[in-house]
Amino acid sequence: MTDLTRRRFLIGSALGVSALALSGCDRLEQNPEVGGVIRSAEKLTMRAQRLLLGRDALAREFAETDISPAFRVNGTSAPDGEAYAQLVEGNFANWRLKIDGLVDRPLELSLADLKKLPARTQITCHDCVEGWSAIAKWTGVPLGSLLAATGLKPSARFAVFHCADELEKTLDGSGRYYESIDLIDAFHPQTILAYRMNDRDLSVGHGAPLRLRVERQLGYKQAKYIMHIEIVDSFAALWGGKGGFWEDRGYEWYAGI
Amino acid sequence: MNQETRPLRSTPLQSTPRRRTIFIRRHTVVTRLSHWLNVVCLSFLILSGLQIFNAYPRLHWGQYGMDSDPAFLTIGASENHGMPQGFVKTGSGTIPTTGVLGLSKVEGEWASRAFPTWLTFPSYQDLAAGRNWHFFFAWVFVINGLIYLGHGVLSGHFRRDLAVRRHELAPRHIWREILDHARLRFPAGEAARHYNVLQKLTYIGVIAGLLPLMILTGLTLSPGMDAAFPSLLDIFGGRQSARSLHFITASLLVVFVIVHVAMVILSGPWNNLRSMVTGRYAIRRKEPDA
Repeated sequence: MTDLTRRRFLIGSALGVSALALSGCDRLEQNPEVGGVIRSAEKLTMRAQRLLLGRDALAREFAETDISPAFRVNGTSAPDGEAYAQLVEGNFANWRLKIDGLVDRPLELSLADLKKLPARTQITCHDCVEGWSAIAKWTGVPLGSLLAATGLKPSARFAVFHCADELEKTLDGSGRYYESIDLIDAFHPQTILAYRMNDRDLSVGHGAPLRLRVERQLGYKQAKYIMHIEIVDSFAALWGGKGGFWEDRGYEWYAGI
Repeated sequence: MNQETRPLRSTPLQSTPRRRTIFIRRHTVVTRLSHWLNVVCLSFLILSGLQIFNAYPRLHWGQYGMDSDPAFLTIGASENHGMPQGFVKTGSGTIPTTGVLGLSKVEGEWASRAFPTWLTFPSYQDLAAGRNWHFFFAWVFVINGLIYLGHGVLSGHFRRDLAVRRHELAPRHIWREILDHARLRFPAGEAARHYNVLQKLTYIGVIAGLLPLMILTGLTLSPGMDAAFPSLLDIFGGRQSARSLHFITASLLVVFVIVHVAMVILSGPWNNLRSMVTGRYAIRRKEPDA
């Protein structure tokens, strides 16, 4: 290569890269094939983190004095609809948690039933996908103990949490909040169905009567207003098929990062 | 920068027979590939990082932090005499930044967003996409960095080219190099074969300081990694501190890139670029023809 052609090559590549950078970037994101490659990193992240975490590594638990003064009410602040309003009015006495799907003995529990079961209390940091964090104290029933009571069929792989709130208004109901976790997280000792927050009954803003705490993942996994837990072998048939409200809108199913 | 010199070509310049140009092999193929892959990675990481920052444009110190908690940096928009205004707030000072930070135009309309469309990837607001690209290139960046580090140690590149010699650390030597840089007098001839001490210290600072700090503070933002390595939270003083340090370190890297590109341009852009593309670096020698 002569100096001149080399120079031309260098100028050409520099211009090409900048042109791509300026005009092509958004198109790159919208290209489904490129998107597929980019999103494959999620599986790598999940495998690597599971390898490092093992089954039972615990999220940091904090002291009472670390609890943050404020905790943002995010997503739904109060579910719409007559049914939920009546539950609030009756102080959730008529609310029942259904656990069914691929289980041996489906369960229906009232809030009073849940409060009688052995509870776990933990002070943990809630890390929102947006970037903020808040520390609070949660009390609730370990999900693993409930799943042990129902018994799981061999094909069981995920726990799906169906919620009372509709975060996006749609005609087909696909705006209803739901979430899912696999059995490793479902049986993790810190994964609880919380009915108390900072020593008080869970408020409507924070998901009354029951919300999920799955402490090794981000805030959007911590489903509020849980009505029904369904054990499934696949969530492909549910709504967008990605395993959660935000997952159906492009966010990762594995939210450990 | 291999010590061994292979004069690939020696062309006497027409009128001055006493000057000749020799080419040395300056950068190995591993260094060159990892350098340009790093350019791609850092570009996407910074632009998608600003997209992620836009989802919550406030920085805190400590374990927790949100709306009502004290922030040491806020980028936002507010009303001023009925007119929307973008601002950057640090401590007690507020700087108006309408048009660029806090408030900028999106498709011709004023919109409240911390960093403008031309500094984020994707240009439009899409936190999910920003995160996906950020983590993909974070993986590429880490793997690329590990290959570079392994090669640097095994090939002797670090020991030979980056290790600072004792005499180079003498204050007088450093001061002279600072003066030379300030006067834009760059090493020529034999001295151009090696990095000068300012280059060495800067590259060591980036390779052993800023880049690892970038990765570690980034990992501290992951609740999964914090459960696997709880000491990360102690090292950086909490997730919000780690987020702030991640942003500050990224800003320092941007400063490094600006100075680095300026130095490349001032000290002979073609020669420098060629050496990072083909590996060949020209040195002009003042000596009689053999």
